[in-house]
Amino acid sequence: MDKDKGQTQQPEKKYSQSRRTMLKALAGIPVLGIFAYEVMQKNSYYKKNEFNLIKELGLEDIQSATKISSAAKGDLLRIGIIGFGNRAAQLASGLGFLHPLNMENQRNNGRLNDWLTQENLNVAITGICDVFDLNAEKGLATAKNEVLAGGAKPSGLPVKRYRTYQELLADDSIDAVVVATPDHHHARITTDVVKAGKHVYCEKSIALNEDELHEVYNAVKNSDKVFQLGHQITQNVVFQQAKEIVKRDILGKITLIESTVNRNSTSGAWIRHLDSKGNPKPGDLNSIDWEQWLGNRPKMPFSTDRFYNWTKFFDYDTGMLGQLFSHEYDAVNQLLRIGIPKSVVSSGGIYYWKDDRDIPDTLHSVFEYPDRDLTLLFSATLANSRSRGRVFMGHDASMELSGSMSITANYDSTKYKQQIESGNIDTNSPMLSISPGSGDIDAVSSATEKYYSSRGLTSTVVNGRSIDVTHLHLKEWIDCIRNGGETSDNIDRAFEEGITILMAHKSYVEKRRVEWDPIQQKIV
Amino acid sequence: MTKNKNFNNIQLTTLVVLRFLIGWHLLFEGISKLLSPGWSSAGFLRESQWIMSDIAKWIISNDGVLNTVDFLNTWGLIAIGLGLIVGLCTRTAAISGALLLLIYYFNNAPITGIEYSVPSEGNYLIISKTLIEAAALIVLAVFPTGSVIGLDVLIDRFKNRKK
Repeated sequence: MDKDKGQTQQPEKKYSQSRRTMLKALAGIPVLGIFAYEVMQKNSYYKKNEFNLIKELGLEDIQSATKISSAAKGDLLRIGIIGFGNRAAQLASGLGFLHPLNMENQRNNGRLNDWLTQENLNVAITGICDVFDLNAEKGLATAKNEVLAGGAKPSGLPVKRYRTYQELLADDSIDAVVVATPDHHHARITTDVVKAGKHVYCEKSIALNEDELHEVYNAVKNSDKVFQLGHQITQNVVFQQAKEIVKRDILGKITLIESTVNRNSTSGAWIRHLDSKGNPKPGDLNSIDWEQWLGNRPKMPFSTDRFYNWTKFFDYDTGMLGQLFSHEYDAVNQLLRIGIPKSVVSSGGIYYWKDDRDIPDTLHSVFEYPDRDLTLLFSATLANSRSRGRVFMGHDASMELSGSMSITANYDSTKYKQQIESGNIDTNSPMLSISPGSGDIDAVSSATEKYYSSRGLTSTVVNGRSIDVTHLHLKEWIDCIRNGGETSDNIDRAFEEGITILMAHKSYVEKRRVEWDPIQQKIV
Repeated sequence: MTKNKNFNNIQLTTLVVLRFLIGWHLLFEGISKLLSPGWSSAGFLRESQWIMSDIAKWIISNDGVLNTVDFLNTWGLIAIGLGLIVGLCTRTAAISGALLLLIYYFNNAPITGIEYSVPSEGNYLIISKTLIEAAALIVLAVFPTGSVIGLDVLIDRFKNRKK
């Protein structure tokens, strides 16, 4: 290169030298220009492709349909919680109350901030009822915690423990009740709650037999109290968008819905009487009111197995149907309003967890809806956790719906035939996806996006904050208490679900196909 | 290190081309993050498994820190990329770029026995493209070309005049 020759050169040479220096100094600018041009090209290419698909499907307006309205204003609502186990702790968290120890856990998980910014629902937990002293104490400590979500100030109201749920219901200072007991108490307690003139949020499943189900249905129907069944998953914003997808016929005619349970652990199989170190969990006849726990079920000697692992026994639950299919059914019913099936066949057995359980660990139930040209399939195993998802299968596309949603066009689709042939739609990977993080709908374009969406990893990319869906479900209930309106899991939905579950259960137990008689309102 | 401007033509050309290439890559990495509003380093950091995993966990667990890291990462990449392309503060840009890439490398190093849930796009044994890019930037820092081809020329001239 040119050497600097100092100050001795001719003026003309000096001028050309400085021009050359200038050129060298600015050599990177054209590179930057090309770069900027290429970035713009790339952006407009993706925008064009993305926009076309979304526009073609008529989905532009569902992109930001994810706003969450703020909670209804109203006086402080005083809530009693009946049954304070693990689920109740989550419900309390949704209401804005965490046990001090759980706060520490949330902090370590990096989720405390999400919880602290959860909206203040203006409620106080003023009553706790549990037959187990330890649980009741946890409930009291939770309700009394000074730090509340949403910057709420402690109400200063006393928190009382009640020995029986009847005592809690008799207390006029409680406005509304959350029922989070084992399932065999749900129907009876919920019936008594509305009869006592209080609003009720009841965990699934609603009832273990038809008589109880009819009783609770009539009790709620004949009262003016607000009922909500605990199926928070449909509060996920993705569900609102899935609803639109179905409404706008993106999938074509849906004739089969596959829902699954895929678990493979002791806890997943409801063996929960040991702690993480393998030691028996606490609880004995001194600390547990066993008679009350049994309720109207057959008398039994006290057993920690039954106390902690009640799901295993038909006396207290319907197993995978009540615990897991209930969520699956609710998801489908919220989207498609399928109601009660015409017939159900269940089949399965205890093939892996050969303990004292009544409930099958492998179960298949087929629900027929001939009026809707639709079959709902429930396939459940407790001995393999390969993820099989929940898939709505239409003639033109399949929708896989979990915490996120992805829609894949079907190879033999009529509607998308042209786009598939032209290569605009690839049938080997999702054509649309919605991740709960962004809430936006994407035409899946890049390889990474495809990869993340197929593995459901998109949920880790959180734009803004993540909101607890249980909180939203409780909020909906409380909003309806204050402002009127219908909860999404009202008693009609609960009744449809209850009957559907009991049909599948009856079919499994009696080893026959059962039908619903809509005139007599009973399972035959 | 003295500012050695005595590269021959071919040496200078290859060094500057390398500078442009790496600058282009880092600039686009930064711009892409800027253009995708949902982007966060949380996904990458969650995968961190080796010697940086504790720091990564701490970053994710704290919203404020995570946002700061995201901001610094995006704008750091853009600044470094621009610096390398236009030849401004070239050596600083090269060294910062190398450090940033080393941070990526140590969070996601292809060490035998460490499995990541997201597969890498190539086959690596200890050495990855990230590490090689970091090494290339160190080369660019050792043989700085910004004062010959780049805005650093003007800065040098300005400084000399002041003297």
